[in-house]
Amino acid sequence: MFIIQRRDFDILISALKQRGYTVVGPAVRDNAIVYDEVNSASDFPVGWTDEQEKATYRLKRRADEALFGYSVGPQSWKRFLFPSHVKLLSVVKKGKTMEIQSDASNEKPPQYAFIGVRSCELNAIVIQDKVFMNEQFSDPTYVLRRHNAFIVAVNCTQSGGTCFCVSMNTGPRVKGKFDLALTEVVGNGVHHFVAEVGSDKGAEVMKEVPHKNADASGAGVAEKLVDATAQHMGRTMNTDGIKELLFNNIDSAHWDDVARRCLMCANCTMVCPTCFCSTVEDATDLSGDYAERWRRWDSCFTMDFGKVTGGNFRPSSKARYRQWMTHKLASWINQFGASGCVGCGRCITWCPVGIDITAEAEALRKNSVRIEAEHSTGV
Amino acid sequence: MNQTAVGEVEKLVDPMLPQLMSIRKTVWETDDTFTIQLEKADHYDAEFTFLPGQFNMLYVFGMGESALSISSDPLKPGTLAHTIHRVGTVTTALSQMKRGDVIGVRGPYGTNWPIEKANGLDVCIVAGGIGLAPLRPALYSLFRRRRDYGRILLLYGARSPLDLLYRVELEQWSKLYDVEVLVTVDRSDSTWKGYIGVVPSLFMYIKLDARATIAMVCGPEVMMQYTIAEILRRGIPPEQIYLSMERNMNCAVGFCGHCQYGPKFICKDGPVFGYPHISHLFEKKEI
Repeated sequence: MFIIQRRDFDILISALKQRGYTVVGPAVRDNAIVYDEVNSASDFPVGWTDEQEKATYRLKRRADEALFGYSVGPQSWKRFLFPSHVKLLSVVKKGKTMEIQSDASNEKPPQYAFIGVRSCELNAIVIQDKVFMNEQFSDPTYVLRRHNAFIVAVNCTQSGGTCFCVSMNTGPRVKGKFDLALTEVVGNGVHHFVAEVGSDKGAEVMKEVPHKNADASGAGVAEKLVDATAQHMGRTMNTDGIKELLFNNIDSAHWDDVARRCLMCANCTMVCPTCFCSTVEDATDLSGDYAERWRRWDSCFTMDFGKVTGGNFRPSSKARYRQWMTHKLASWINQFGASGCVGCGRCITWCPVGIDITAEAEALRKNSVRIEAEHSTGV
Repeated sequence: MNQTAVGEVEKLVDPMLPQLMSIRKTVWETDDTFTIQLEKADHYDAEFTFLPGQFNMLYVFGMGESALSISSDPLKPGTLAHTIHRVGTVTTALSQMKRGDVIGVRGPYGTNWPIEKANGLDVCIVAGGIGLAPLRPALYSLFRRRRDYGRILLLYGARSPLDLLYRVELEQWSKLYDVEVLVTVDRSDSTWKGYIGVVPSLFMYIKLDARATIAMVCGPEVMMQYTIAEILRRGIPPEQIYLSMERNMNCAVGFCGHCQYGPKFICKDGPVFGYPHISHLFEKKEI
């Protein structure tokens, strides 16, 4: 463990930039903390925090000048690793034939350094790794970006109102898969970062950033801050037998209940750091001799998602909500060996009508228990 | 800029990049269904090989892709063909293509019919409508080693006599390969001398040796539900029933999420499934 003083934070950024990375970190835009290109610590949300509740997100001033004194915002790193719009193919028509070029595998991919990756988000990245680098196929767009990425993780020293990473076993402490991990310590005249090196790449960068070794008490302070975060989760989710809970409740009346509230707006899938569904669009230019094929984010909440020429496999709102939640919390485990939910709480915060996945899971569980009880008593 | 600090990735194979093939021949099977035979049109040297039941993504310039079952003989090199129902923009464009026109082909994708598992057994093939197309490669494979199997039954139905696929072949199969072919139509016309009714109703005309029969089913979902109910009623164990499922297939490689069916991706875990793997979802609506 090392200690990096706040005044040396910019040296970390410039060390990354010198290595050719496009450095991306948190920044305030339109009253929200988003991820964008940053050049120095002054681009960070200095002294800002956020308040989150279902359907509520507000920025507030902190009493200090912390760089990471908030929890996750509406965006996740997926927008960099799995861009919302990407050109897959360029096609030139040549008489009866054509020439097809794979733009995805021929591009010079951006080389990102991400600063401020929280534990839930790091888990989300690892989950998307399994999607886009599956046992049979790899997605070049994702692989190229992911392979090059330098990750500066940040341990959360405060919990958001909709956070439940402790329930999902995905935080708040980052574990592995990072190049550097920081814990921000601010107050009582100190402002520094307790740093942990997670890779050779990370060690190389650390050489250029002024630091000293952290003694036991220095590391202990950081440890306590993260422990306290774990004690103050805004939400909890009971994950006992959750896969079976979802699979056994395909016919639950509760889906009608949630469908009456859900607007099918797809916000939850856009803000979710693991949702990966996409669709493709084909277009030609005016000459008609040049075509492109683009991929863009899609959502299982859209009416067209289950559509084939002969009909729609999931026309009702109820079925589409059920698909999302069952996939996220249950089928994901079959498909990728881990839950699709990392407990970041974004879907709760950004749902315009305040649907809360932890509450829906709990309601499903209560309903299920009630029905089982009725069956066993012969009612 | 220090390039070496950032890892270099070797050239990646793009699973979304099609190879080029040209139309060799288009044969109209019915008013709205046609078979296109393809041949290679680019530098790829390798023969296109596939297993019965697999599908390809066919790309038409500027219009998009469509997931289409392969309907040709997997053991006859250079005869790759798809039997296609003309319903959407891509399939309509495909139907209008002339000899030599070039399309993009990705594939083959998905799981296959269990031809090996059928060894020594009676094989009951049940098809509804265009569902016969992905089963035709299975039939060809069975004919190749006809003596390795017991009875081969083909129960097939279409909306009307004019909607029947491969009519000439149906007669040949029964003569040359000793296939018990039973064909039914939903609505008959004056020329029709065969059965009338839905596909599952054909089961009343046959007897099956429950222990020694393997079933392969493809058709509209509701037809498959009733068919499988009939098969189960005859005592054929669920693990000897296979079916091919359809969903919206967009990428065919497990990235796009559209074809999910419970925990399965139809594109890579299917389209051919052993019935026990999906039976818990099969009767549920809007999965």
